[in-house]
Amino acid sequence: MKPSKSLEELQAIAKRIRREIVEMIGAAKSGHPGGSLSAVEILTTLFFDCLRHDPSNPAWEDRDRFILSKGHAAPVLYSVLAEAGYTPKDKLNTLRKLGSPYQGHPDKRFIPVLEASTGSLGQGLSIGLGMALAARLDGRPFRTYVVLGDGEIQEGQIWEAAMFAAFHKVDNIVAIVDYNRIQLDGFVKDIMEIEPLADKWRGFGWHTIECDGHSIPALQAAFADAAATKGKPTVVIAHTVKGKGVSFMENNPKFHGTAPTPAEVELALKELQ
Amino acid sequence: MPVNTRFELKTGMATREAFGKALAALGRENPNIVVCDADLSKSTYTSLFAKEFPERFFSCGIAEANMVGIGAGLASAGKIAFVSSFSCFVMNKGFEQLRVAVAYPNCNVKVVGTHSGISIGEDGPSQMSVEDLALACALPGFTVISPADEVATMALIRAAAAHAGPVFVRTGRAKCPIVYPAGQQFEIGRAIELIEGKDVAIIAHGLMVAEAIRAHETLEAEGVSARVIDMHTIKPLDRDMIAQAAAETGAIVVAEEHLVDGGLGVRVAQVVAETSPCVMEFVGIQNTYAESATPEQLLDKYGLLARDVAAAARRAVGRKK
Repeated sequence: MKPSKSLEELQAIAKRIRREIVEMIGAAKSGHPGGSLSAVEILTTLFFDCLRHDPSNPAWEDRDRFILSKGHAAPVLYSVLAEAGYTPKDKLNTLRKLGSPYQGHPDKRFIPVLEASTGSLGQGLSIGLGMALAARLDGRPFRTYVVLGDGEIQEGQIWEAAMFAAFHKVDNIVAIVDYNRIQLDGFVKDIMEIEPLADKWRGFGWHTIECDGHSIPALQAAFADAAATKGKPTVVIAHTVKGKGVSFMENNPKFHGTAPTPAEVELALKELQ
Repeated sequence: MPVNTRFELKTGMATREAFGKALAALGRENPNIVVCDADLSKSTYTSLFAKEFPERFFSCGIAEANMVGIGAGLASAGKIAFVSSFSCFVMNKGFEQLRVAVAYPNCNVKVVGTHSGISIGEDGPSQMSVEDLALACALPGFTVISPADEVATMALIRAAAAHAGPVFVRTGRAKCPIVYPAGQQFEIGRAIELIEGKDVAIIAHGLMVAEAIRAHETLEAEGVSARVIDMHTIKPLDRDMIAQAAAETGAIVVAEEHLVDGGLGVRVAQVVAETSPCVMEFVGIQNTYAESATPEQLLDKYGLLARDVAAAARRAVGRKK
């Protein structure tokens, strides 16, 4: 269906996406760079290696479903969708501006190929479960992937969904936790500790994989492991660095929700050559 | 056209039970219908569907937020998804999910709340849904329905399933007087004038339609001609029927088993203000939570009987000119 891309090609895409994230948030003068940059390899691996999808046929009923439950990382999703050919690349820098398809948080009304409108944390896993149940009911082969934030899983609804998925043996869904260890108010461990995270998911009955969330081969292996797992849902705890790729944003809570200045954009783009 | 029969108002089944029967019937006709429930299926009567179609019924446990999200996902993948619980739980605990996962992307989810109003009786206010219509009407794109009896419920559940887009249907726990003859036609957004009248128009929904009919009989004996309208669709409103009633009678009473705040009454008042301003009176729950008692005692204490509707009609007529 699609020629598989080499690791070098995937890494080149990831770098391009990082540059676009910095540029579009810089142009918008607001947005969430840190959690977009941390998820670059996760979304790159999904959209350009793992997902069964066809940008020339976005309504394909058997396409794999993707939901960015941590909707504030919209810039990484927009850059990936544009790279894949779903949406216009030349409009990325209209992010957050009147009339732009690239709304502050993902909005199906503006980008119909989105599987869900998100931005209110905690909801994407439940929506993904509904899609996964529909696939099972109709005997369709598609799988559903949901990217969660680490802060996001403080929401109770995530654990309602986690309990449901294991009880109903939903094995065609994969949750990916972008574990970058920072949320708006600071470090996750200081706001509301979520450890022991792997034990929590295991305790809820999920096949639990931990990996380096910036290693494309590690993510590829994790998604293959998930696809081979029957009878239970899989979670991939992807260990990441908030702001990955831009030295002054890395591991810096300030860049959860602050746009870079024009000078910072310039500096960041230099680092992302 | 008025239904224009003499109303026997024989006791029928609860609207929640009619919902359950209608849902099971729809399940037989349409394999695309799926149902989610949150550990209340015996009370909401979705158990009837579950028994026949276990593979299309999803028990969500006591987790309404997740249930609504799952409904949204099922609908996004092409299903007609019914999600059901006590109205107070699905609307209040699921409201954020109804907002972001259902209303905002205009998802084809049908929300059916049971045990609405105070007529649930002994279980008390934590289980009573007196604000569900205000919440549902605050969701852009939602169609909001409150059927008066079993006939209306069966027809309107069918209409809700056929409608493209999110719908909230409000049903009750208590056995309910039968207002309509079998085979009565219903159309979403089109109110039904049950009784003609020229002095005052009583607009009601749900359980209060039968009380409005009874009030009409009292008023008729006093020489007051009261029109009775079943506003089964709370949103979108039948604006023409309201404007006509306001222009022709000059006095409107709205009667509902819901908080007056945010209920049908204030929505009707908006239409009246925009079309043909006239005297209005409001019968409903006044800025309070109720208590435990029998349904009959509660409807009496909180002013939701024919007697209260008739008194409001007299006040409205007296305030004219």
